[in-house]
Amino acid sequence: MTQPNVLILRAPGTNCDQETGFAFEKAGGSVAYHHINQLVESPRLIADAQILCLPGGFSYGDDIAAGRILASQFQSKLADVIHEFHAADKLILGICNGFQILIKTGFLLQQTDEGLPATLTWNDCGRFIDRWVNLKTDSSVCVFLKDTDQLYLPIAHAEGKFVPRSDAVLNALRDGNQLALTYASGNGNGSVDNFNGSVADVAGVCDPTGRIFGLMPHPERFIDRTQHPHWTRLELPENGDGMAIFQNAIDYFA
Amino acid sequence: MNNAVENCASGTSQKTTCLWQIDIWPEAGQPDRIANELASDAADLRLPSSLRIRSARGFLIEGDITLEQAENIGINLLAEPVVERFQLAEVGSNEINVAADDCPNLIYVLPLPGVTDPQAESAMQAMRNLGYQVTAVRTFRKFVVSDLDQRDLQTLTSKLLSNDSIESAVHGALQLDRLELGTEYQFEKGVVRLTGLNADELLDISRQWQLSLSAVEMETIQAHFGDLGREPTDVELETVAQTWSEHCSHKTLAGRINYSDENGTRLFENMLKETIFSATMQIRDELGDEDWCVSVFRDNAGIVRFDDQHNICFKVETHNRPSALEPYGGANTGIGGVIRDTLGTGMGAKPICNTDVFCFADPNSAVEDLPPGVMHPRRIMKGVVAGVRDYGNRMGIPTVNGAVYFDRRYVGNPLVFCGNVGLLPNQKSFKEPQANDLIVSIGGKTGRDGIHGATFSSAELTEDSDITSGGAVQIGNAITEKMLMDVMLTARDRNLYTAVTDCGAGGYSSAVGEMGEEIGAEVWLDKVPLKYQGLSYTEIWISEAQERMVFSVPEANWPAFRDLCASESVEATVIGQFKPNGQLVLKYEDQVVADVAMAFLHDGRPPVIREATYQPVPATELSNAPSRSEASQWTGDLLKILGSLNVASKHWIIRQYDHEVQGGSVIKPLVGIQNDGPGDAAVVRPLLDSYRGVVVSCGMNPHFGDFDTWHMATSAIDEAIRNCVAVGADPNRIAVLDNFCWGYTDRPETLGSLVRAALACHDLSIEMQTPFISGKDSLHNEFSYTNADGQREVISIPSTLLISAMGQVSDVRKCVTMDLKSAGNLIYQIGQTGNHFAGSHWSLVTGANGGAVPTVDGELAKKTFNAVHRAIHGGLIRSCHDLSEGGLAAAIAEMAFAGGLGAEITVDQIVTNDVPETVRVLACLFSESNSRFVAEVLPECQSDFEAMFTDVPLTLLGKVSEQSKLVIESETAKVIDAPVDQLKEAWQNPLDWN
Repeated sequence: MTQPNVLILRAPGTNCDQETGFAFEKAGGSVAYHHINQLVESPRLIADAQILCLPGGFSYGDDIAAGRILASQFQSKLADVIHEFHAADKLILGICNGFQILIKTGFLLQQTDEGLPATLTWNDCGRFIDRWVNLKTDSSVCVFLKDTDQLYLPIAHAEGKFVPRSDAVLNALRDGNQLALTYASGNGNGSVDNFNGSVADVAGVCDPTGRIFGLMPHPERFIDRTQHPHWTRLELPENGDGMAIFQNAIDYFA
Repeated sequence: MNNAVENCASGTSQKTTCLWQIDIWPEAGQPDRIANELASDAADLRLPSSLRIRSARGFLIEGDITLEQAENIGINLLAEPVVERFQLAEVGSNEINVAADDCPNLIYVLPLPGVTDPQAESAMQAMRNLGYQVTAVRTFRKFVVSDLDQRDLQTLTSKLLSNDSIESAVHGALQLDRLELGTEYQFEKGVVRLTGLNADELLDISRQWQLSLSAVEMETIQAHFGDLGREPTDVELETVAQTWSEHCSHKTLAGRINYSDENGTRLFENMLKETIFSATMQIRDELGDEDWCVSVFRDNAGIVRFDDQHNICFKVETHNRPSALEPYGGANTGIGGVIRDTLGTGMGAKPICNTDVFCFADPNSAVEDLPPGVMHPRRIMKGVVAGVRDYGNRMGIPTVNGAVYFDRRYVGNPLVFCGNVGLLPNQKSFKEPQANDLIVSIGGKTGRDGIHGATFSSAELTEDSDITSGGAVQIGNAITEKMLMDVMLTARDRNLYTAVTDCGAGGYSSAVGEMGEEIGAEVWLDKVPLKYQGLSYTEIWISEAQERMVFSVPEANWPAFRDLCASESVEATVIGQFKPNGQLVLKYEDQVVADVAMAFLHDGRPPVIREATYQPVPATELSNAPSRSEASQWTGDLLKILGSLNVASKHWIIRQYDHEVQGGSVIKPLVGIQNDGPGDAAVVRPLLDSYRGVVVSCGMNPHFGDFDTWHMATSAIDEAIRNCVAVGADPNRIAVLDNFCWGYTDRPETLGSLVRAALACHDLSIEMQTPFISGKDSLHNEFSYTNADGQREVISIPSTLLISAMGQVSDVRKCVTMDLKSAGNLIYQIGQTGNHFAGSHWSLVTGANGGAVPTVDGELAKKTFNAVHRAIHGGLIRSCHDLSEGGLAAAIAEMAFAGGLGAEITVDQIVTNDVPETVRVLACLFSESNSRFVAEVLPECQSDFEAMFTDVPLTLLGKVSEQSKLVIESETAKVIDAPVDQLKEAWQNPLDWN
């Protein structure tokens, strides 16, 4: 089997590129890192990859709003290339800032007459939060979550509150099995690990094909058991929960 | 407004410059976060509870922009979809300045002209990328506020809405014509006449130019230029002042000190060199071939060996005064600055984690109890935390360790310590600029930022003004530094340069002066990229604008270096050349404005000689020592200790930091079954394909310094090391840093208490074989004010020595955490307990005075640390916690609630040392003796574990219990008995802010 090519986007302020690339390599991918300037100059670089990943960070400082400036660059300079890429049965993954960018470009959830159907905005507490969260998956459509049920992963963001434009939007996403990842309750005490105030506890969304997926939690931060906050307490498998997402992406091309 | 602007709005304009204002409000039903936060802060300031505030963020946009284009910018770029709405109008128009009936006050807050405004810079770049002809952008915040009397409105505006050191507040509509800054600069070479002046006249010049040079130093300069047969130019005088400043040359602590204490007198030629530095040299000598130090006390950070291919480096800086004036900007640029230290170490190290330690006054202080002119400690604390958070998180560097210490004496001088650890290939640990290399500056542009004496004013915005913010206060732009870091690490690996250093205090004057010290340098100041026009050559030379680094680039490599920077939109400029003539030459458009010998700059400063005396504080008996034995009373003391600010949970701070970015997090700052227990030290894996780890911790005990700075210093070292050891670090591979923050050291007794601490560092460092590898000092931390009776009052900070430790662990899979793991396991105390209550937290919460301050038995400490390490490495310890503030009782309580388990222990068998029987139980519970741990051990490991501690005091205390209660007994009576949940609540509540 040939190794799928993974293109990890870099931009001013991207900062999870190396560990995300490491996770894809561990899953069997061949990883290349490209700066947004390079992609704007040579958009065909994108076509060489099977998987495009927008990693976490603070693109352009998240100035104006998280992911907004890089999203505007994508929309104005790379929209056609991205649509072709997706149409060619390829995969796009956006983690944290990458999710914010995907949602604000309209690539993930398409723009309607009313505008974008949803956004990611400031956490209810108004601050950056780094915490581990229990997550429930809906793997029926999302390629990246195949054969998963629950995940335990860290979030680390200030603007991760999912807000749909209306109940109708939310219901349509639910009916399409696009609310692929939701914050869940930990050890049965009932309280959901929804620390940012997301509507319907949404932590990650996929497009109708399941081949574009954006999520706020960081799967690349749990690929080894020593990254788990309780690894000194528990017997854990060597690979962390986050590995499934990278492995599913690579295996899609097997 | 004038006609041009009317044309903008009517859309009839053909080609004109317009100035648009876009207000962005939360959409109906969405929270107004900023207003909500302000409302809670307003209560601290005793503002009326009826106060109502609504807030907007906004942008001023200047350029050749039509109404339709401005609308598109608002929709597609500035306002968030779904959750925000925006209003667009020309600046100053009525429609955008309508106050609401219930909120008649309209207030705008804008950054002062010239203050870094990262949002505006990014927004302008984004608009230009989209093809809009924008010439300038500025952000603002807008508030509409309910009816208030004039005094309250003033308080609200100056204390909460704006900070006049970086912002201006405008009541009512904004009225301004243009945003662009700067004016033409007319070159004029300045010369300062020194010939014939007497000492007083020379001092006048020093003061007038804000040079902070003494009469002797001014006379030395006068004589030097007299010998050259000319007067110095203005920029020559500034350069000498910068190079000879306390900040750059550490002339006090690295100077001559005549020290006397109870043992006699000692004359130091260079105090730091003869104490801390010489201890490291001795350790390295003794280690011989096993020496694992690489570069100490010479580069921007100290470097030690890590693995076969890599070294690691560590530096901690202070940023105290800027943080007192503008907490957010001060802390922001503090962390940005220390990250550049790492980048400028060797040929450049990759920053792998941050540590941040703060000292504040009580954030719950009543506003009436604060001295005039200080900011409320809660506001300082919030600002500092936000400043560190926003820079560290944006840089993608995990902030993994820290501490916060509270004492009233930090009210006018908060302390902000920012540290960074870096990783670098071992072949890149040294640098040497080569003759004829180009001097290249990359990163940020140069403005008047941080120039001493720069005009600092909140001038009317309507003025055609080039008045820009200077002074000590700056705001950082983390993304500029992140972009710089990305290209420089690539350039390093492609061997494109021969040396690098950061631009910190003194700006180019320090950076180029240091790099060119052995060669000589010529700098072309007119080539430096500026933020705005109008800077003089001297301002360019000494500006402390952030996010700049200076490289020495061989001419042949310049095209590759330039192209690499350009490929990632990083500005790189040749600003000079290292010319091998031993001179520092500055030119502006081919005019020579300075020509000074490097030798004079670096070796010409006359030595400073200071007096230092130390008188021991007389020992006193512990007052108020109780003879109580009822459980409820001891339990009450324990609850008070857990709820005291120094001990209480810092989760509100910790969770705002990204402590896991880069993917190497092994032991997190909060540990345990609910991720909320206080870890002893952080562990990270800097290389994702390796299990070798770096351990970071700290130790600090200012209250011990009130009794004896010697024991404060040794206690801090012991605490920093034992925190590292508690998670599994090898005690023979721990390097430490010193940060001395002291009061007014021109006073002999204040300097004496510092010298005493440095002597203690020397002795214990050698005894423990723990080398100091770098350090930094901040002196003269005093705040003076006039009290209500018209008397002058001075508040000096407590003598504060922060020891930061960087340890190593060969395999992180052997590490342990402090949370109890399972019921039935055995609980041990390692180490012996003394009668140490001076400066203790038990004394703090009960109001007791006197007693003995904790001391360190170096030999026993070393044996203890080695034994603990062997036991952890042998897999015999399930959890381990150091004993510090609050002693054994606090440590056990923390382990219990972190593990969600109980504990049943008895204190009767604890090995004690010189503890009177009358206070035995008290000491066992709360004494803060050093070099002690609690360890949890599986019953089946009991004999193997005990065999490791034959020469170290060890006491079996009891067991982990299933029922969630902490029970501590003495002679079968319960001396502490509390539900673990209650202990946890006491610990979590005090700083559990919204």
